[in-house]
Amino acid sequence: MTRVVLQALLSHWWRNPLQLFSLLAGLALATALWSGVQAVNAEARASYDAAATTLGEGQYDRLQRRDGQPMDQATYVQLRRAGWLVSPVVQGRLNGVRIVGIDPLTAPGGAGPTLTDDAADVGRFLSGDGQVFASATTARDLPELEVIISPETAAGTALTDIGLAQRLLGKTNQIDSLIVLPGQPVTQTAISDIAPQLIRQQAQGGSDIGRLTDSFHLNLTAFGMLSFAVGIFIVNGAIGLAFEQRRPVVRTLRALGVPLRRLITVMAAELMLFALVAGMIGVALGYVIAALLLPDVAATLRGLYGAEVSGTLQLRPVWWLSGLAIALGGTGLAASGALYKLSRMPLLAAAQPRALAMAAGRTARLQGIAAAALLTISVLLMFTADGLIGGFALLGALLIGAALALPLILNRILASTSALAKTITAQWFWADTRQQLPGLSLALMALLLAMAANVGVSTMVSSFRVTFVEFLDQRLASELYVRPENATQAAALVDFATPRVDAVIPIQSAEISIGDQPTDLFGARDHSTYRDNWTFLQATSDAWDTTFAGETIIINEQLSRRAGLNIGDEITVQDKTFAIAAVYGDYGNPIGQALINEATFATLYPTITPENFGLRMDPANVGAFVTELSAQTGISISQTVDQANIKAFSLGVFERTFTVTTALNILTLAVAGFAILMSLLTLATMRVPQLAPAWAMGMTRRQIGQLELLRAVLLAMLTAVIALPLGLALAWALLAVVNVAAFGWELPMYLFPADYARLGLFALLAAALAALWPARRLARTPPAELLKVFSNER
Amino acid sequence: MNVKGCLFCLLPVTADAQGFAGLGADAEGFAVPQPDPVFAFPADHGSHFDYRIEWWYLTANLQDANGVPYGLQWTLFRSALAPTTSEDWSSPQIWMGHAAVTTPDEHYVSERFARDGIGQADVVAAPFEAWIDDWSLAGDWTTLDMTASGANFAYDMALTAQGPLIFHGDAGYSVKSASGRASYYYSQPFFDIAGTLQLPEGAIAVTGNAWLDREWSSQPLADNQTGWDWFSLSFDDGNKLMGFRLQQTDGGNFTSATWIAADGTTTAYSDGFLTATPLAQNAEDVPIKWQVELPVQGVDVTVAAINENAWMTTSVPYWEGPVTVRGSHSGVGYLEMTGYD
Amino acid sequence: MLLTVENIHKTYQTADGPFAVLRGIGMHLSAGETLALTGESGSGKSTLLHLIGGLDTPDQGHIHLQDQDIAALDDNGRAGLRRGTVGVVFQQFNLIPSLRVVDNIAFQARLADQYDPTWAATLADRMGLTEQLNKYPEQLSGGQQQRVAIARTLAPKPKLVLADEPTGNLDEATAAIVMDLMMELVAETNAGLLMVTHSENLAGRLSRRLHLRAGQVA
Repeated sequence: MTRVVLQALLSHWWRNPLQLFSLLAGLALATALWSGVQAVNAEARASYDAAATTLGEGQYDRLQRRDGQPMDQATYVQLRRAGWLVSPVVQGRLNGVRIVGIDPLTAPGGAGPTLTDDAADVGRFLSGDGQVFASATTARDLPELEVIISPETAAGTALTDIGLAQRLLGKTNQIDSLIVLPGQPVTQTAISDIAPQLIRQQAQGGSDIGRLTDSFHLNLTAFGMLSFAVGIFIVNGAIGLAFEQRRPVVRTLRALGVPLRRLITVMAAELMLFALVAGMIGVALGYVIAALLLPDVAATLRGLYGAEVSGTLQLRPVWWLSGLAIALGGTGLAASGALYKLSRMPLLAAAQPRALAMAAGRTARLQGIAAAALLTISVLLMFTADGLIGGFALLGALLIGAALALPLILNRILASTSALAKTITAQWFWADTRQQLPGLSLALMALLLAMAANVGVSTMVSSFRVTFVEFLDQRLASELYVRPENATQAAALVDFATPRVDAVIPIQSAEISIGDQPTDLFGARDHSTYRDNWTFLQATSDAWDTTFAGETIIINEQLSRRAGLNIGDEITVQDKTFAIAAVYGDYGNPIGQALINEATFATLYPTITPENFGLRMDPANVGAFVTELSAQTGISISQTVDQANIKAFSLGVFERTFTVTTALNILTLAVAGFAILMSLLTLATMRVPQLAPAWAMGMTRRQIGQLELLRAVLLAMLTAVIALPLGLALAWALLAVVNVAAFGWELPMYLFPADYARLGLFALLAAALAALWPARRLARTPPAELLKVFSNER
Repeated sequence: MNVKGCLFCLLPVTADAQGFAGLGADAEGFAVPQPDPVFAFPADHGSHFDYRIEWWYLTANLQDANGVPYGLQWTLFRSALAPTTSEDWSSPQIWMGHAAVTTPDEHYVSERFARDGIGQADVVAAPFEAWIDDWSLAGDWTTLDMTASGANFAYDMALTAQGPLIFHGDAGYSVKSASGRASYYYSQPFFDIAGTLQLPEGAIAVTGNAWLDREWSSQPLADNQTGWDWFSLSFDDGNKLMGFRLQQTDGGNFTSATWIAADGTTTAYSDGFLTATPLAQNAEDVPIKWQVELPVQGVDVTVAAINENAWMTTSVPYWEGPVTVRGSHSGVGYLEMTGYD
Repeated sequence: MLLTVENIHKTYQTADGPFAVLRGIGMHLSAGETLALTGESGSGKSTLLHLIGGLDTPDQGHIHLQDQDIAALDDNGRAGLRRGTVGVVFQQFNLIPSLRVVDNIAFQARLADQYDPTWAATLADRMGLTEQLNKYPEQLSGGQQQRVAIARTLAPKPKLVLADEPTGNLDEATAAIVMDLMMELVAETNAGLLMVTHSENLAGRLSRRLHLRAGQVA
């Protein structure tokens, strides 16, 4: 019997390939959007993980020399012999590749992932000739080395034995840092007694790079989540329509004696089969999307944060499985509702319309209650949420609540407009539009979410850009930065530059700990560069005066939030106590930062000399100055950084960020547009009986078609109007709640009306395009079809 | 692949076919022990880089003021990838340290690894010092100072020799298989030891006796040998017995023993004189009670672990712990068992 | 006795409150017998037909079909009954639009696992559908569609054929032809026939008649 039933059910699709296409395409698109974003995320995260595990970066405390210079290898042996379980790391650049040398015998268990490779031969690795591990791309930059290809190695990094690395990098008997292992022995000599020049850096609890780039990934994750919501609505719509179309067949089958349970089982199996097929198509599409986006994403991350992400995509089980799961789960979710409705559907047609109307009324009421509850929760969370989970709960409640409320709001709007309508055609139009609402509401919800997501994410990205550019202006105020190699060069630089430029501003810093937070402490020279360019989030009236007088300290927002420090609180540095005079925004920096007067800094850290100099001068003279500096002092051009270059580069990076964002924007809108198209196509066949009376009463088919088009655009416009505030609320939640929870700083929110207007136009265009075909079909309905309605009603 | 666990796998072998931890490998390029050795001290207390494997292996039976028994282990292994050495990272010698303290209820273990050539670990013959990180064994072999530490224990001990060095087998040439595989093997079993154990419950002053083994070779085990059971027993009457049983893949075994009289005179017994029979196993199927017999010396004793769970959770795992001896002779000792993991 | 109906009651909920469609109906039918069910609109004749066909359940009373009480069956049991024992011909033809005529005819018999290709071919032939076998329902006229529906109903050789205004959607000439064919084939299979009809003419052609008024036998 199952075979016969399945044959009957499947024959429906062969006879109606368009319906089959729209079902599969809806499922596939939703899956593609989701898995594409996931793929990009998964790829980038895998790249960081590889980078992080290379050194156990961030997982372990590290010892480094205060001055940042390499330490003597003897220091390492001294520490080991004093009972310190530390493991040496040497690193540097060779042909642009980051060479990392480790000692596998003392490295923590997680380090050296490449040694898990089959090609690894510990004996050779240790033997001095060494084995070098790198990804295929990186290997090409090291032609003179015999490299073992290891995809697990971080992009741009080559991993090898410390002995070989020292030779390659010319760092014989030198070590850059020591990893402090967990499980230290019970008896040890204090590090300060053995190697006072070393300072201990606390573990980050996550990779440095990861923390930095998380802000970019939050963007993508938010997009992923929103695309998932859009996808679920589309899948739900597609399934709902597929069931609606086959309702009469289902009734016939039951009348002919197919048991309900069997029928539901077979239909569920059929749907799951489709979901699987569509899911696979979707994952493949997602792969294409991701492959197209990834070079941009990789470039963005590299530019923004210096994190290397390999620009090629690997097929990772995580995301293609999650893609299939979304297709199957989304279908299951949507189908269970539809199948439940089917099981409650009376066998006999006569009892149907009334029951359905009653059920619809109840659904609307429940939907209203759920929407109100979710929106209330989201308002409450706006004031109380302070963690990541709270932030995401806020996003979820806000979005779903708004989506559920949409049909009710639209219904209310249409009801009041139709009351105002003057002509009979207008009245009919409004009333008919209202009647279409239930059939279109899922598609409109998808459009609402897509638009809100676009408004929200664009606002976030654009706000980020504006803030970051301002921040660059503030922090890169000097026209030229020079990093001398040693004290001699520094002196030569100061001598050379002082008569030639407006100001020489030395930049010196120490890595310290304030309130248990790793912090870079800067000693700043009193200069208008600081006073004119830095903007404070909060400050005392004479913050700069007291700070340059050596009495106060100013700190960044991260330190303020994490250590719970505010203006007026006191901080002790090397036994000297400072009051906090101001808090400044410090975007993209993972750790704390504080700034005191240069002279005070010099007394607290007499051994630390400036590593970097900012030079103020006429921007037009920078090029000539650098050439002359190089000729006179031997400071190479590679040691200088032209501020204009940095800014141009940063802006270029943001342009690429926008490419990614825009591509995803267009994609979500396209998917929402597709949902509208599908809904309208299905409605079109059901619409004939509804439109026939209008036709009979004297409207031309052309008029009817135009009104259909107008209706779609009108509904899209109303949805867009509701989407705007929703999107802004979303952006606010991302910037003020989620961002703070994730990174410890708040991004100011800016508004971009022109962008929103353009987005609205796109949405209308998508709706119009989607409505065009069904409207044309209606306009071309043969009169005979319309006549049939009267001769063959029921 | 656990890098450290594969230290012994560096030798291109597998444990199944070629004996425990690769000790049965071919000795290509490495020197091989020869009969009738002539030892030169203090030089031979130091490293022999041209042999593949070597150890400085100390075990001690201790007691605190209340008579509670403790066991202690301090071991430095040297494993060579090639029979050379140099003064930088490229030296193909690898050092591995094992330290342990066994109480009746607990077994504390620590393990260290170090590259040769940079000073992190080494053995210098004169003045004698063997060290890896902060662990060290130093002195003139009449007296020695010894320290080691781990995440939850540490000890600091002073040793004084009360008798001569003991040479096993044929004057220090110890045969390990019927096919003639052998190692150089001598001991100082007559140390008095005193010092302090640092355990989680606090510092404990202890005294007792210690047994230091020196052994090196390039392929001591035959292909068909999979592990060993090794006994070092100190009887209350002052006599001592070293005995081992090498397990074979065919279920048979190869035994060897040295009878050490209280005055330091020795009698070596080749295969077959000593028998060791497992009497009981712990939960992991490791025999923790043995019947040990050496009929020619009238020895018929039961050897039982003080703590059944003296499993060394190191890269190459094995069982090593203090034992009590009852029967024809009574006393204490140490038991080491490999090839049970 | 093929069919015995005892004291059937059925009430529907409507917008204006409960409405008692059937109020204590009883009747019986033997194999080979044909019975016309007549009455005004709303007198309950279609409801009675549905209850006998296992499409709905009575609130009260018993329906014995071949000594089995239909009213006591669950959904699965009633579906089984519809597949093999009872065949229903509806006023709307209720064909499966995506299946060809030949598959529609075979459909119910296949469901019931009582498919006899020879008998199905005979039915198609007698119904004059031989030329239409590979067409889809939408390509047929109303009369042809109803003939397909009748062939489909008779293909599993049901013991009882229920027909609800089977010619209600057909013009008079076509209706007469379809009716003749159905009567003929039912007689050949010795099935019982229960037919709801408005038409005096049609009712007169059956062996007995039962007139309903306001949910009771008049």
